[in-house]
Amino acid sequence: MNSIVCIAYVPDTETKIRVAADGKSIDESDVKWIVSPYDEYALEEAIKTKESKGAGAVTVLSLGPERAKTGIRECLARGADDGIWIDSKGDALDALGVARNIAAAVKDLPRDVVWFGQKGVGFDESLVGPMVAELLGVPHVANVVKFEAGDGKVVCEREIEGAHEHVEAPLPCVITAQKGLNEPRYASLKGIMAAKKKPIQERAAETFAPKTTLTRLELPPPPKPCHFIPGGDPKSSAEGAAADPAGAARELARLLREEAKVI
Amino acid sequence: MKFLVFIEQRDGKIRKASLEALSLAARLAGGPVSAVIAGKAIGEAAKELGKFGAAKVYVADRDDLALYSNRGYGGALQAAREKESPDAVLIAATSMGKDLAPRFAAKNDAGVLADVMDLRVEGDRLVGVRPVYSGKARATVEAASGLRVATTRPNVFPAEKNDGAAEPAIEALDLGALEIRARVTGITASGGKELDVTEADVVVSGGRGIKGPEGWPIIRDLVDAMGSGAALGASRAVVDAGWIDHQYQVGQTGKVVSPTLYVACGISGAIQHLAGMGTSKVIVAINKDADAPIFKVATYGVVADLFPFVPELAKAVRAIKSE
Repeated sequence: MNSIVCIAYVPDTETKIRVAADGKSIDESDVKWIVSPYDEYALEEAIKTKESKGAGAVTVLSLGPERAKTGIRECLARGADDGIWIDSKGDALDALGVARNIAAAVKDLPRDVVWFGQKGVGFDESLVGPMVAELLGVPHVANVVKFEAGDGKVVCEREIEGAHEHVEAPLPCVITAQKGLNEPRYASLKGIMAAKKKPIQERAAETFAPKTTLTRLELPPPPKPCHFIPGGDPKSSAEGAAADPAGAARELARLLREEAKVI
Repeated sequence: MKFLVFIEQRDGKIRKASLEALSLAARLAGGPVSAVIAGKAIGEAAKELGKFGAAKVYVADRDDLALYSNRGYGGALQAAREKESPDAVLIAATSMGKDLAPRFAAKNDAGVLADVMDLRVEGDRLVGVRPVYSGKARATVEAASGLRVATTRPNVFPAEKNDGAAEPAIEALDLGALEIRARVTGITASGGKELDVTEADVVVSGGRGIKGPEGWPIIRDLVDAMGSGAALGASRAVVDAGWIDHQYQVGQTGKVVSPTLYVACGISGAIQHLAGMGTSKVIVAINKDADAPIFKVATYGVVADLFPFVPELAKAVRAIKSE
């Protein structure tokens, strides 16, 4: 089974976001970049599948600036075989532009499953994977928490609201990975050394007129100061008030009803 | 701007998030809009859509649409789009909507304003505001030409009902033979009949402060006290510790929620968690540590050990609701 795992290299989830001077992008100074966490589940599942079948290759693909290659190397260190870097050349592509470039890059490659994370942490759009499936003319299963590769088909469970849908799809197909699918492995020292020798093919992104444009990026307004209700803690309490959990609970319930009007 | 709204149903029951999208479209259009619904035995459900702003409903009603498939439901959306030629298509950003929208957009050479929490029409542009970096920032995005597609975040836009509205005109869609490739073979409920955290008006979440899985009953009791629109949530720490399933996780690697009321019990408020619930209308924080970051975003705070306090709160909420 041949798998292609498409990854995004994104700001660490711990990153404090600051808006750059252009008002449309983030200030990238001091940003630590990581492989988007959902893509790690996709990569792990592709490697596990290869190991259990004892055949096939795992190719890692990423579209982005030069740093995307670092993300590809991290995946090679965990066990992927080779990489494809699509140089975005600083172009701001929208999701459809990214999907068109990925579809063009993988169209003629031997592939059974093209993997994505269910969303790229950061823009959180959940668009590119199913878009690529449409452009390739293959089925997809999104939000997958259980995956099994059978003969010419995949059997999956995907997460929906309050339930799991069991889905079967023929190969080739696109799968997007959700948390819960597996526990991603760390790279071993041996893997890190081996990754240095694995090939990364380079391509240049094609520019497409964007269908959607980001015109402004801003931070949410700062929250108002918290209204502390004293007396909650039986041992010690804020503002030194006497402990009275029941009284504090009644006061909170009153505020939620009369002031906030939410219960 | 001419709107078409995709209406999601499961087992014949229309999802509230779709009614929110339909109401929004009617408001933006300044008048009735069109809708499309796919499923099996959904004729009665389709008629109800008039009350939420649909003047016309395209209906694909057949046996092989009883369960969701992208081919089937997406095929109905595509057929309605071809008949209606809308300028904009709205779809609720549920798991079904997120499955449909990107393929539909790619097929029609369109972009998607994904998971918007604000949407407006400015001239011929559809302009949306969406949270990015899980709510740490917000982006204004727009689609100016061609087909404009937006998915709307559940629980943000009001669903406005007009019981006096006329029944909509119904037009049946003929989809021809369907070759369903990714086929749903079954559905298993993962959390009983509980409401999903993304759709709840009230979310009560537990964090490390509950001390172990045996702490859930008092949190669940507060959910119960809050009523039928309330759901249980959890922090990443307790999901990673195996105290509860991932579907309950609120935060950057879990679900992003915008309820009317969010109650954080024993959650310190890591940046990833704040990102997932920061857009809630009212936030209550209950934590032993007065310096916990959760208090920075909370509307109301109580510095308390949750074990004596949360049961008292459940009692007080029940008392005030029964008044």
